[in-house]
Amino acid sequence: MSSPVDLTLAGAAAALRDGQLSARELLEATLDRAVLTEAELHAYLTIDHQGARAAAAAADEAIARGDHTGPLHGIPVAVKDNMVTAGLETTAGSQILAGYVPPYDATAVAALRSAGAVIVGKSNLDEFAMGSSTENSGYGPSANPWDTGRVPGGSSGGSAAAVAAGSAQVALGSDTGGSIRQPASLCGLVGMKPTYGLVSRYGLIAFASSLDQIGPIARTVEDAVTTLEVIAGHDPLDATSYRGAYPDYRSSLGRGVDGVRIGVVSELAGEGIHPDVLSAFRSAVDALADTGAIISEVSLPSMEYALSAYYLIAPAECSANLARFDGVRYGLRVDGATVEEMTARTRAEGFGPEVARRVLLGTYALSAGYYEAFYGQAQKVRTLVIQDFTRAYAHVDVLVSPTSPMTAFEFGSRTADPLSMYLVDVCTIPSNLAGGPGISVPIDLDTSNLPIGFQVMAPPLGEETLFRVAAEVERVTAWNDRRPPLVEARS
Amino acid sequence: MKYESVIGIETHVELATDSKMFCGCPVRFGADPNTNVCPVCLGLPGALPVTNEKAIEWIVAIGLALECDIAHRSQFHRKNYFYADQPKNYQISQYDVPVCSGGALEIETGGRPTRVRINRVHMEEDTGKMIHVGGGGRIKDADHSLVDFNRAGVPLVEIVTEPDLSTPQQARAFAQELHSIVLTLGVSDAKLEEGSMRFDANVSLRPSGSEDLGTKVEVKNMNSFRSLERALTYEIERQTAVLAAGDRIIQETRHWDEGAGVTEGMRSKEESSDYRYFPEPDLVPVEVDETWREDIRRRIPELPAARRVRYAAQGLDPDSIAVLSGGGSALTGLFEDAVAAGADPKVIANWLLGEVTAYLRRETVDLSETALTGEHLRDLERLYAAGDLSSTAAKQVLAGVLAGEGNPGEVAEARDLIQISDAGALSAQIDQVLADHPEEYQRLRDGDAKVIGYLVGQVMRITGGKADPKVVSGLLQEKAEA
Repeated sequence: MSSPVDLTLAGAAAALRDGQLSARELLEATLDRAVLTEAELHAYLTIDHQGARAAAAAADEAIARGDHTGPLHGIPVAVKDNMVTAGLETTAGSQILAGYVPPYDATAVAALRSAGAVIVGKSNLDEFAMGSSTENSGYGPSANPWDTGRVPGGSSGGSAAAVAAGSAQVALGSDTGGSIRQPASLCGLVGMKPTYGLVSRYGLIAFASSLDQIGPIARTVEDAVTTLEVIAGHDPLDATSYRGAYPDYRSSLGRGVDGVRIGVVSELAGEGIHPDVLSAFRSAVDALADTGAIISEVSLPSMEYALSAYYLIAPAECSANLARFDGVRYGLRVDGATVEEMTARTRAEGFGPEVARRVLLGTYALSAGYYEAFYGQAQKVRTLVIQDFTRAYAHVDVLVSPTSPMTAFEFGSRTADPLSMYLVDVCTIPSNLAGGPGISVPIDLDTSNLPIGFQVMAPPLGEETLFRVAAEVERVTAWNDRRPPLVEARS
Repeated sequence: MKYESVIGIETHVELATDSKMFCGCPVRFGADPNTNVCPVCLGLPGALPVTNEKAIEWIVAIGLALECDIAHRSQFHRKNYFYADQPKNYQISQYDVPVCSGGALEIETGGRPTRVRINRVHMEEDTGKMIHVGGGGRIKDADHSLVDFNRAGVPLVEIVTEPDLSTPQQARAFAQELHSIVLTLGVSDAKLEEGSMRFDANVSLRPSGSEDLGTKVEVKNMNSFRSLERALTYEIERQTAVLAAGDRIIQETRHWDEGAGVTEGMRSKEESSDYRYFPEPDLVPVEVDETWREDIRRRIPELPAARRVRYAAQGLDPDSIAVLSGGGSALTGLFEDAVAAGADPKVIANWLLGEVTAYLRRETVDLSETALTGEHLRDLERLYAAGDLSSTAAKQVLAGVLAGEGNPGEVAEARDLIQISDAGALSAQIDQVLADHPEEYQRLRDGDAKVIGYLVGQVMRITGGKADPKVVSGLLQEKAEA
């Protein structure tokens, strides 16, 4: 290791605790890495040099006093730019919010700060988290550190690119249909979507409220656990926040999978999956079987309709969630002769084409005369998906599939056909519809040296089993040492 | 052809909870613009609503007072429409499952009762307020507009009737009765002029005796009971004239112009709105279990109708009943306290509506600023009943108590108002008067009853008004017959 930024979170935290490394050194190394990589990666929309340096200095002073604030003390973290940060520009990747400085911190951001984290900056994303490649960002795409001619995935592509490149130790992403897991998969990282309600959505700029969930992107399962434990917890400001007990997830690590019942989702592990991905996935499943897991094939017939249901429910909710961007109170305003004209012009200019497409689609799906046929029907399918999962979990503890049907794809290869882009999320969308947690763990490289991700899904609040299996996937596939070529070249 | 009118009323009530419907901002009228605001009620990116439990408790109380069914589980919907005074460009409201449904309210007009069915009572949030600058304050000609979001997110209850009313008088009676109930429940200031209680009316005409409903027109912007009645009277006449001319009624929203005394059509654009309701994903369903519901029911005070019956049985006159049962008068509490302490309801009601009301008006003070209690009234009434105070003296004592001079006994003592009703104590003064007025005394002895009043007056004069005139009169009779 030539730079402390290439340590895992666990390694860096230990070095900070033992005094072998200061928060300032770690941050400067992180900022140096960003200087080396950002021109090619564009992982960040904003790097908060001043704020991060102040936080790192404060972290060092605290350590000098013997105060160890929390598990992220002095750790450089990237925050996806759809989570509001007090005093720091937050755009959600949209021109409509260019220059917008929020007056408050998202609950998850406040939790990072209380745990001692150093927020490096705001990472790039597809506009309002709508996309799977960051190509829909209103500020230009991010690139994949494994091949800068390819996308890092999305929508949390900036978060994934930063963690993979070492310009952050861990990152927060948000996952509405796979936006944490898919970029983690494409960038060779661990990305986890918690159970809906486990992490507060307060301060997360909403895309689809019933599906959105904040989660960690990290280099190891352990690092993801550490970060999740910081941001999970009941929040009285989010009515959908989970009120029950939050167990210690760390104790699930290293327990192996002996006797754990693992179901391979037939519909997500066959047709439509790239052969390289499929063969790596099957090898990992075999390795799990070798260490004592009980493997079975499970059919979830409603998977066929999940994607269509998702692309009605999510746009419907987004059509209302994005209505507040009207030029009246904040963000972009394009003047007009009347209020209506001002609002129409502001939205026409401020929203990119994919966002406009989804707002229109959602508005249509909720319209009088179409509601039952579209939104109503989609909700019924959602119920069927939930029932499919419930039936499956009566027989297995977790379900597994590839995270993404393909590895990182080239810029522009899917932008002309939105539907081909939507298909990228076919494996991840079902857990958003059903509300349970999902995690992507890197398992191998394809023939082009691009990372392949393995998805584990569990029933709602099944995080302990999820992490137990994910940690074993990580162990049996021995991925840990692999670093993207960009990092090798630049460090 | 003869027509009859069919009227339904939609009422909006702003609840006077401490905080707004979905955030912690205070609900306060008259604050500087945009001072009672936060990320939630400004619709800032990322902010989320959380339901105000007190508002749910209060809407349940309203529903129970209106004999509604209370849903065990109801939900919020988003009502989507763009308007600059609406921070999120959707209003959190209710759609298919409101908190309360299927109730009724009985009203009376001209001695005849009418049962008005309540379709639903649902919970929603209020919008901000637009201030149009230039062009006479109308949006159409304004130079620019300002928005004040202090009101945005204030809990708003909407009460919708079935079209069970047939005259403007009934509509007014309904509005007044509902207003009394809301005030009695103490859930809103219910000030019509400030808009914390607003009535919109749907009115249509149909041939007399027909069961079908005609095309309805919604009339808005009535900010008093009187203007509600006037607007409906006007609108019914207008529709009658339209039909008489052989034209059709257009379904529209019309704006009542109080100054001009007419209703005017608003932009027809609003009519085509498709609100695209869908369940609010940021909120969990509203759950009201039986325990909570019954707990709320137990805490509902006696409602105006029951109060009117009781007051009538206590012998109160119609004016007193109207004021004391209306829910809006601070006198009601004092009345109830005094009667509970054992005072005579009629005497207390007379004093409250007479002396006390006059005092408050004269001194321009609130009842709460005075020291008057129910026990004071009871004590005063006892002194009066025992003959220790004349009717006039009692009123003077009341003024003294209101002015904070002490309790009735102390005031009567200090002002030297205790009446002399002891025959022995009065006979010397009577003898004195008879000696001073021999002519009148002779007429009294001759049986001229008319002269008694004069002589009583003379006794009152020399006793400084403290003699009990009834006792004096009786003693004079005895002297005449002696």
